[in-house]
This record gives sequence, structure tokens and C-alpha cells, in this order.
Amino acid sequence: MSDEEDIILSELSDEELVEQMWDDLYDGLKEEIEEGVNILLERGWAPYKILTEALVGGMTVVGKDFRDGILFVPEVLLAANAMKGGMFILKPLLASTGAPRMGSMVIGTVKGDIHDIGKNLVSMMMEGAGFEVVDIGINNPVENYLEALEEHKPDILGMSALLTTTMPYMKVVIDTMVEQGIRDDYVVLVGGAPLNEEFGKAIGADAYCRDAAVAVETAKDYVKRKHNQGVTA
Amino acid sequence: MTNALSKLLQTRDWLLTDGATGTNLFNMGLESGDAPELWNDTHPDRITKLYAMAVDAGSDIFLTNSFGGNAARLKLHGEEKRARDLSRISAEIGREVADTRDRPVVVAGSVGPTGEIMAPMGALTHDLAVEIFHEQADGLKEGGADVLWLETISAPEEYAAAAEAFKLADMPWCGTMSFDTAGRTMMGLTSADMVRMVDGLPNPPLAFGANCGVGASDLLRTVLGFAAQGTERPIIAKGNAGIPKFVDGHIHYDGTPDLMADYAVLARDCGATIIGGCCGTTPEHLEKMHEALSTRPRAETRPTLDQITEALGAFSSAADGTGDDANSGPQKRRTRRRRD
Repeated sequence: MSDEEDIILSELSDEELVEQMWDDLYDGLKEEIEEGVNILLERGWAPYKILTEALVGGMTVVGKDFRDGILFVPEVLLAANAMKGGMFILKPLLASTGAPRMGSMVIGTVKGDIHDIGKNLVSMMMEGAGFEVVDIGINNPVENYLEALEEHKPDILGMSALLTTTMPYMKVVIDTMVEQGIRDDYVVLVGGAPLNEEFGKAIGADAYCRDAAVAVETAKDYVKRKHNQGVTA
Repeated sequence: MTNALSKLLQTRDWLLTDGATGTNLFNMGLESGDAPELWNDTHPDRITKLYAMAVDAGSDIFLTNSFGGNAARLKLHGEEKRARDLSRISAEIGREVADTRDRPVVVAGSVGPTGEIMAPMGALTHDLAVEIFHEQADGLKEGGADVLWLETISAPEEYAAAAEAFKLADMPWCGTMSFDTAGRTMMGLTSADMVRMVDGLPNPPLAFGANCGVGASDLLRTVLGFAAQGTERPIIAKGNAGIPKFVDGHIHYDGTPDLMADYAVLARDCGATIIGGCCGTTPEHLEKMHEALSTRPRAETRPTLDQITEALGAFSSAADGTGDDANSGPQKRRTRRRRD
């Protein structure tokens, strides 16, 4: 009986509301997430606190269950879509309040490959973790990657391929980066269904990421390392 | 309605289909990122060779070079207007190869996924998906394909859209899905779910099954999952020759011809009728598979999961969401709010 009663978000305490927002992200309820974000803003929460505690916290649960084979792509797409609704409200506020930045990434699917499901998941989960993501789309020749790196100077380059016929192209991109002497300026992460860790190593990537949740963990790890190096250098 | 495949299925208790397309075309010089389907027009001799290699190795069925030959996929090469044409040529070349043999060989018109996510989650509507598949189906039919062969599908909605399109083209068909995520398809479908989905289609396939995915062991676990549902429909097993490795600038799959021979016999013991390879499977693999299926006896009982891993290597995930796992594994969190 009580299950069917409507939950009035504005009547919940801060703590209950954040918990409810985690549940609503899990269920992919976009409007409820937008409402939750607005309520927390009205209550004077800093945009960065809403991002990390309510949204990133909730998406971490989604990512974990995706990694463990409990949630699958349809559920994660819904959750990411709900997250996006919240981010749309927070994004301009984050910039104007000078919130700390996690890091940035340029991501795209390689030439010959139009698959963008995995790439989009990584984009969304990375944004969900607070990264700035520049998505250059599908079917990218090496020039597109180089241009985007030059323009955005990201911490990370992410490449995706879903076909055996396209995965070797990742090596073309990395080899070109080596030739131009810019390989070590970036962390290169690769992913896609036919890939594995050994393949990632063989083509000269920093890491292979099995799924979007692993991509986020790996990205955080590398950015932290990069920052630490910056301090000691 | 009888056709070349249904006739073979009446007289034989196993059929060998083919191996990889991409892997074998790479070996003939295809560049990474290029559309293999364009070779139907520019290098028909190489496509003839691709088909002939499979048939010479003993394949009863081979798939045409049209996997990415739908408008959605050809679009990225700016060739979307040629979907019907390139598909037709792929089947015409196949017809020539099949008709010169003194035994029946089935030309199966390959139809791969659109690469897009279906509505409401994605942008591809059901009607548009049907239209895309219908166009390719018509081309393959014109070129003389005996059956259509849908493969590497993840979403049940896309499988159903293709089934509807093949009805419009009035063609018999087979269809396999790729179980590559914790023993399920990327969209979360289990092997048991697929049997139910296929049985519920208004235009069901002649045979259904699994292709690609992650390695031979996983694929056989999926086949066991199909068979456990007690389906009468012939089951297809088309697994990769192991796991891809990058050696000397080329993709190499670590499954040896001998391992794939063991896989073929195990696949038959698991309940598959149509057996072949997918990525990494070369004519050498197919020859060994053919020899093993022709000479080794059937097992009295279905292989256990332990026997599969012992012969072919470990599974990629502990469970695949079927049988006892369906309720004992980790469960979705319960949430308090009901979805509107």
C-alpha cells in the first residue's frame, strides 16, 4: 500500500533526498533527478556538492552493477540520460562557481566503425564522474584525433572500436602520435568488445578498459598519477 | 516452403557453416577501416576466393560478404545508396561458387546489425530498421541467396525488425545473436530469453543461435542454455577461434585448428546442428572441424560446463543468467519508487 504512495521529494531531508536520487538514477528517472537537483540548489547546496554526492555517487552504484553484469546497456542508458538532465542544470553553475575539475577527455570511434554505443556509455559515465568530455563521434581518421587533441589539450584520449576490421586502426593513431612526438602528452585508453588487455598493450595504449565503469576508474587513476608527477617534476 | 537449407536439414544431423570474413579478407590485403563490401564490386575475384576457401574446406553453408552491407553501415563510407547493389553482387558471386559444386552448398546472405540503438532508447525507429533490412534482403534475394542470415545482433527489437523485413522480402532466414556481456547480449538478453523471443516471432527463423562473442567456451555455454529450453528449432553455433591478439601488426586469434575441432564436436554434443566459426576462423580451422565432425562419434550425454572449460578454456564470466544462476546470482537493487 505505502509502496504506491507518491514520494514528495521536497518533503525529504537532505540525506533522504540524496538517497532517493541515487535510487532514481538507478531507475533512470530524469524528471525526478532534475527536480532533486533544483531542490538541493534551493536549499543552498553548492553545485559541486550536488554533482559529487547526489549524481556521481548514484552513477557509481550504476557503474558498479553494470561492471558486475547486473545492469545492462538499456538500464545504463536510462540512468545516464537521467544524469544528463541533472548535469544540464549544474554545468553552467559549476563553471561560474569555479568548481574543481576532474580532468578532460577526447573520445571517438575509429575510422571504419560507426558503433557508438560503448563510446557513448563511456562519455556519459565519464561526465557522470565529473570529467569534461569532448566526443568527436564515429568513423574518425587519424587527422580528426590529432586536431581534437591540439584544440582541446585533454588529459586523456579515448578510442573505441567494435569490429575486428577496425580495431587495428587504433595502432595507426598511436603510431602517428609517436611519430609526431606527442604520444606521451596524453593518457591513451582503448576499449571495445573485441579488445583485451593484451591487445591494448601490443598497440601501445596505456590501458584497455573492459567497460565504461572500468574506464572511469582507470581515468581517475591516471589523472591522479599525472597530477602527482606534475607536483614532483 | 522448402529451400536449399531446409532440404539439407532434413537429410543431415549436422552441417558445417563457414568461418571468419574479416580475418580472411585482411589476409588478402583489406585495410583496417575500409568497408569489405566494396570489394564485391572492385575485387570480385577475392570474394570468389573467400567463398571457395570455405567450401573447399568442407562447409555446407557459407555467408556472403554483406555483413556491413546495409544503408546504416555503408553510410560512413558514403556508399549508403549502394546497399541493395553491393548485397546483390555478394550473393551473385556466392551463387557462382555454389553452383559449380557437385554437392549442395547453401548461399546464406549475411545481414549484420545496423550499429544503431533502437527507439525509445536510441534514434532508430522500428519502421526505419525494417526498411533498412528489407532493402538489403531484396538485394541478397536478387543475387540468388538461398536463405538470409542475420548475425551479431544484441537487441531483441532489432532481431524482430529483421524478421519482419525478411517476411516482406519473402525469404527464409536464420538469425544469431552475440552473447558477449557476462554471458548475455550487450542488451542483457540471456540464452533462455532468446529462445522465448524467437519462438514468439510471427516469422520465426529456420534456425537460430549464437555467433561471435568472447571465445569458444562462452559460446558453448550459451548453446547449452538454448538446448535446456527444449526447443525443436535447429541451433547454430558460430564461435570465435579464441581471443584476438596483436602479433606483428596483425590480429591473430589464439584458437588453434585442433582446438576448433574439439569445439565443433562439443558444439554438436551441446545440441547445435549448424556449426561454424566466426572471427579468426580460417580454412585450416574449418578443415579440422569438418574432419572432426565427420569422424568423431557423438557423446551419449551433453557436455558439462567443466568438460567445456577443460577442453576450450575458462568462461569470461562466472554465470550467464540462466538456470540456477537466474535467481542465485547478484540481483538488481530494489528501489522504493515505482516507475511511472
